[in-house]
Amino acid sequence: MDLIQFIWLVTKAVLMISVVMGCSAYAVLMERKVAAAIQWRPGPNRTQIPIFGGLPVIGPILTRLGIFQPAADGLKFLFKEDPLPKHVNQFYYVLAPLVAFIPAMTTMTVMPFGSYVNEAGEVAPLVLANLDIGILFILAVSSLGVYGIVLGGWASNSKFPFLGGIRASAQMISYELAMGMSLLPVFMWFGGSLNLFDIVQGQADLLLGWTIFYQPLSALIFLVALFAETNRLPFDMPESETDLVAGFNTEYGAFKFGLFFVGEYAHIIIGSGVFTLLFLGGWTLPGITLPGGAFWAVVSVLIFFVKVLALVFFFMWIRWTLPRFRYDQVMKLGWQRLLPLAIANLVFYAIVIALIEQF
Amino acid sequence: MAIKVVERKPLSLAERTYLPQIIGGLGITMKNMLKPAVTLEYPDERPDIPEGYRGVPTLVKDPKGREKCVSCQLCEFVCPPKAIRITPGGIEESSDEAHVEKAPEEFEINMLRCIYCGYCQEVCPEEAIWLQNIFSLNGLSREELVFKKKKLYELGGTLPDDHFKWDKKKKAEEAGNAH
Repeated sequence: MDLIQFIWLVTKAVLMISVVMGCSAYAVLMERKVAAAIQWRPGPNRTQIPIFGGLPVIGPILTRLGIFQPAADGLKFLFKEDPLPKHVNQFYYVLAPLVAFIPAMTTMTVMPFGSYVNEAGEVAPLVLANLDIGILFILAVSSLGVYGIVLGGWASNSKFPFLGGIRASAQMISYELAMGMSLLPVFMWFGGSLNLFDIVQGQADLLLGWTIFYQPLSALIFLVALFAETNRLPFDMPESETDLVAGFNTEYGAFKFGLFFVGEYAHIIIGSGVFTLLFLGGWTLPGITLPGGAFWAVVSVLIFFVKVLALVFFFMWIRWTLPRFRYDQVMKLGWQRLLPLAIANLVFYAIVIALIEQF
Repeated sequence: MAIKVVERKPLSLAERTYLPQIIGGLGITMKNMLKPAVTLEYPDERPDIPEGYRGVPTLVKDPKGREKCVSCQLCEFVCPPKAIRITPGGIEESSDEAHVEKAPEEFEINMLRCIYCGYCQEVCPEEAIWLQNIFSLNGLSREELVFKKKKLYELGGTLPDDHFKWDKKKKAEEAGNAH
């Protein structure tokens, strides 16, 4: 690999990381703003940065929107004292936030986020690494994130984090199955390719455009499992403040907590991205084919971004609507409802697809 | 009393899937999201203080600018936490209000002791001390929060007076029927 190619790759990777990290930071702000709006509050609206906050018209507007808040939050995590409790297993205690954070950052390498027309006249994906086993990679790596939570819960050597860790592992195992099962019909539908780009392009050729119209049940099961996988309410068993103090991150503070936190939001963004790619047509719009050129490549990225953003908003909307399930209800829903439903769904679509191919 | 038996219907299939309920709930939260914020952004916005509110006790002057307190010390005696301390003083012979005879030389209210009970206002025969609408106080030392006469008059300002009691007294005295 020559030097220019290498630099180009590194630039792309750094760009992607900064975008996802920025989105995670602003997802926190969005969460706070959405929560505030639902509760009739204005939300964070005071933080200012000297130069930008003092601009004549834009400054106050940005301040009211809380645009500078994530910077303050991040700096707070960075400059706080980083305590290391005496009773923890130090090595794993420090390792856990990293284990939670790194998978969330890794999965984005295989996530396509737009398309362009290359010199050969073919539609090609905008992606860091166009893996043929894309979705398999995402499922495999993103479920590694739970090890961070389990490890953190165990290494904290304290009752509540321990219970949180146990719950996290049980919940992950339960919903991983339903999640995988719910995705199989989608891949069968598009001829068995696991490449995310192929699936998005496949959807563009469909009459209604998006998979969700053809396989609503798969989408529903996947969405519910996604909520469970990302530890979002109503499935935030590992954290459940009411019964477990703060669950797995009770003993964590400062930047280590910040890593857990950003990792969680990165998971949400990646999860929303995967849902968008598989069920909402990715960067395509039903019935519209984007022409070639750099401008339309940017438009495709924007379409994808808006869809992901809408889904992230949906995550938050659900959070402030539904109360947390009881632990036994979570288990019952996972094993007794979603898993049989996913299997039935799989069998149904297997028959349907076989019939379509017959005639 | 008759017992009313509430019928418990079994859940329908739609209800058992929980999905219509979730959609209904989402509708409710969305409706609330679109409502304006009700927050009072405190230091920038102040609440409307209702009439008759018992805030910080202050001393007032009448519309002619005369200080109303005659240092009778009733408030000092009635004050449950002993927050008030008055040093009585006289009025100069040459003054127009010489017939009032007394005025406070110094009037101190210790705001760290005051319990805002309003007894001082109730007991005052001259309507000179009023609990008005100031509800937020702060200071950097204990001494700073012992309000002196000057500060109390600054806070109190002027309130309307229906009687002008001392003017009437003076007139009656000049007419020769003082009691």
